[in-house]
Amino acid sequence: MRERTAVPAQGTRPDILTQREMRRRERRFLHRDKWWGYALIAPAGLGLAVFYLWPVVQTVYYSFTEWGAFGGTTWIGLSNYRTLVDDPEFWHSLMNTGIYTGLVLLGIPLSMALAVLLNLKGLRGTGIYRTLYFLPVVTMPAAVAVVWRWLYNGDAGILNHALSAIGINGVYWVSDPDTIRIAVAVVGVWMTVGYNMILLLAGLQSIPGDYYEAASLDGAGRLRQFFSITLPLLSPTLFFTTVLSVIQSLQVFDLVYLIIGANTNVSLQNPAYGEGQTVVMLFFQKAFFDNQRGYGAAIVCVLFVLIMALTAVQFRLQKRWVHYA
Amino acid sequence: MRRRSLFTAAAATTLAAAPLVSGCSSSPSPSAASGGGSRRGHLTYGVWDVYQVPAMERAAREFERTRPGVTVDVQLTPNGTYWTKLRTACTGGSAPDVFWMNGPNFGLYADAGQLLPLETKGSEAVLSPADFPADLISLYNWEGTQYGAPKDFDTVALWFNKELFDRAKVDYPDSTWTWQTLINNAQRLTDRKRGIYGVGAPVRAQENYYNSIPQAGGWVISEDKTRSGFSDEHTREGLQLWIDLIHRYRASPSLQQMTDTDPTQMFQSGTLAMTYEASYNAATFYADPELRAKIDVAPMPKGRRRATVLHGLANVVYARTPHPELAREFVRFLGGEQASLLQGKYGTAIPARNGTAKPWAEGMPKFDLQVHLDALDYAVPFPGSANSAAWNHKEWMWLAKAWSGDVSLRSATDSLSDAMNQLLAQERKGRS
Repeated sequence: MRERTAVPAQGTRPDILTQREMRRRERRFLHRDKWWGYALIAPAGLGLAVFYLWPVVQTVYYSFTEWGAFGGTTWIGLSNYRTLVDDPEFWHSLMNTGIYTGLVLLGIPLSMALAVLLNLKGLRGTGIYRTLYFLPVVTMPAAVAVVWRWLYNGDAGILNHALSAIGINGVYWVSDPDTIRIAVAVVGVWMTVGYNMILLLAGLQSIPGDYYEAASLDGAGRLRQFFSITLPLLSPTLFFTTVLSVIQSLQVFDLVYLIIGANTNVSLQNPAYGEGQTVVMLFFQKAFFDNQRGYGAAIVCVLFVLIMALTAVQFRLQKRWVHYA
Repeated sequence: MRRRSLFTAAAATTLAAAPLVSGCSSSPSPSAASGGGSRRGHLTYGVWDVYQVPAMERAAREFERTRPGVTVDVQLTPNGTYWTKLRTACTGGSAPDVFWMNGPNFGLYADAGQLLPLETKGSEAVLSPADFPADLISLYNWEGTQYGAPKDFDTVALWFNKELFDRAKVDYPDSTWTWQTLINNAQRLTDRKRGIYGVGAPVRAQENYYNSIPQAGGWVISEDKTRSGFSDEHTREGLQLWIDLIHRYRASPSLQQMTDTDPTQMFQSGTLAMTYEASYNAATFYADPELRAKIDVAPMPKGRRRATVLHGLANVVYARTPHPELAREFVRFLGGEQASLLQGKYGTAIPARNGTAKPWAEGMPKFDLQVHLDALDYAVPFPGSANSAAWNHKEWMWLAKAWSGDVSLRSATDSLSDAMNQLLAQERKGRS
């Protein structure tokens, strides 16, 4: 950049360009560059504004209205939010979502263990393992749900069949209020473990080998190396995966919705429906089946604020445990 | 990883659902562009049942044949998304010119002025009420105006597996059966060691408790659509039958089992000796030669009295169609004798027009399908109000709790009745 500005313009002599003139030219050049940058990101920005920001604003507006099945909104102020506070179904679905999120977070140590194992030197067939663990990530939740529903079947499922072989009586996993949350969370973990594992693996591989060499020269054992080198240096990646998992889990919809049995006779007669229903499922129910779209909008607005708040708290807390090398 | 980018990600992903709730209005249908000539033009016909598409296509071609310059496009939307899509299309002004309607959704569309009234008298009459069962006509009549022309109807009957009956040495069901006969025989047919149950008692409205409630003398919703009947003693009696079949008589699989495996599938695979099914399943059963040989159908056992809930679809015209005359003409054609007989021949649905149902029953001679047709004599209308979907949801949720035994039937129906009354009050408030 500096070299190009220094190239003599016609009719001027470089050696007499003042310091000031040079800086001015440089600024002009940068200025032009900046506009190019804006111009190039404009289409994407426009798309975001039209398809995300505008609907966000609209949704916030609709949450203050009553909206019938065929449009036509009436401003009702905070009424939807007041109903929300008194709605036991909302609180229950919020609790379900919270429990699901907590259970899915337990998958992160698992991803980490897998990543550490796959990072071992001299391990053969790592490519195959990585692919295997990553497969669920690229499979559609709908397909995953159908397959797991079948695995979980109380009478004909493989899971209960395997359990009976070792003398354990299986239960109706997805239609028992006591087991539905765990059953769904297991699938949730199964689906995300590969994604987190790949991220953590990348994190692990960016740790310079010298650190371990130095540590072993100092006589540190494997365990000590893990806690003193690996964990601290991996903490930024761990932080990233945690934040992402929390956001994704709080928004879970399709997986649970389909495992419970979609919106058919089957799901609605599922005695575990109430224990499995997540916040987004409640939104879907209210907005599209009960024709209370304003109320549905209020539900997603609350979820939005909640996710923002939780993410903010996580960023606050990161100072305590995340080490940027 | 930057702080800001993560926040944006959070915001963007949460509100990925936002475009859904704001319901984008879609562009006008192609028919809107083709002009408003009343006797020529292009019609769209919205349906949701893939099995009925061949019959509907055939009817559309017949209509085109008699009306040169007219084309009809049959548009299939699977049932799971049909109503969401239709509601959005209606809001945006691009719904099909003619489309299928069912009982639980009718009130919503009629009340919101989304449907075109259909004349029932004079030379311009689209349909003559006398040609159809009275309960079907009244199902699609909203506050004195007819909006739907009945297309087909379905009644419920008791389907049974002859092989399992023979093995347990139980006589086949017939019209003399009462609830008590059902209970006794279901117990005799149950063979837990083999995993065989006498009868399926799922939380199904149309197939199960909407029949047993009127059989016990109860009611689901008051005639003026203002009150829930779920806390009525007779209504409870009609619900108790199913719960008892599961818990007290242990003659039905548990609700959990029936959630994991659909009872109709259990019946097809021979683990249920009896099941209550609507007539539209007959064709599916008939299509399987092995099953066809094993099963038959009998009238539903009677409670205090005999009753079957009558439901059926209707053809309706979209209020903002650019071709109101042509659309009405198409509906008139679909309700006529030619199209009705055609529909019956394809076997999936029983045509609603009086006197055209025979070919449906005769098309599957191995089954005693006359039972489904005779049920019309003691049919009761399908319960519904303007926003049935909202209380139907409560209904399933509360009744499932009672069926599974988590909550007593009394407390479940009390809660359900309260919730339903509240929703009905909201409906009335919304209209005034």
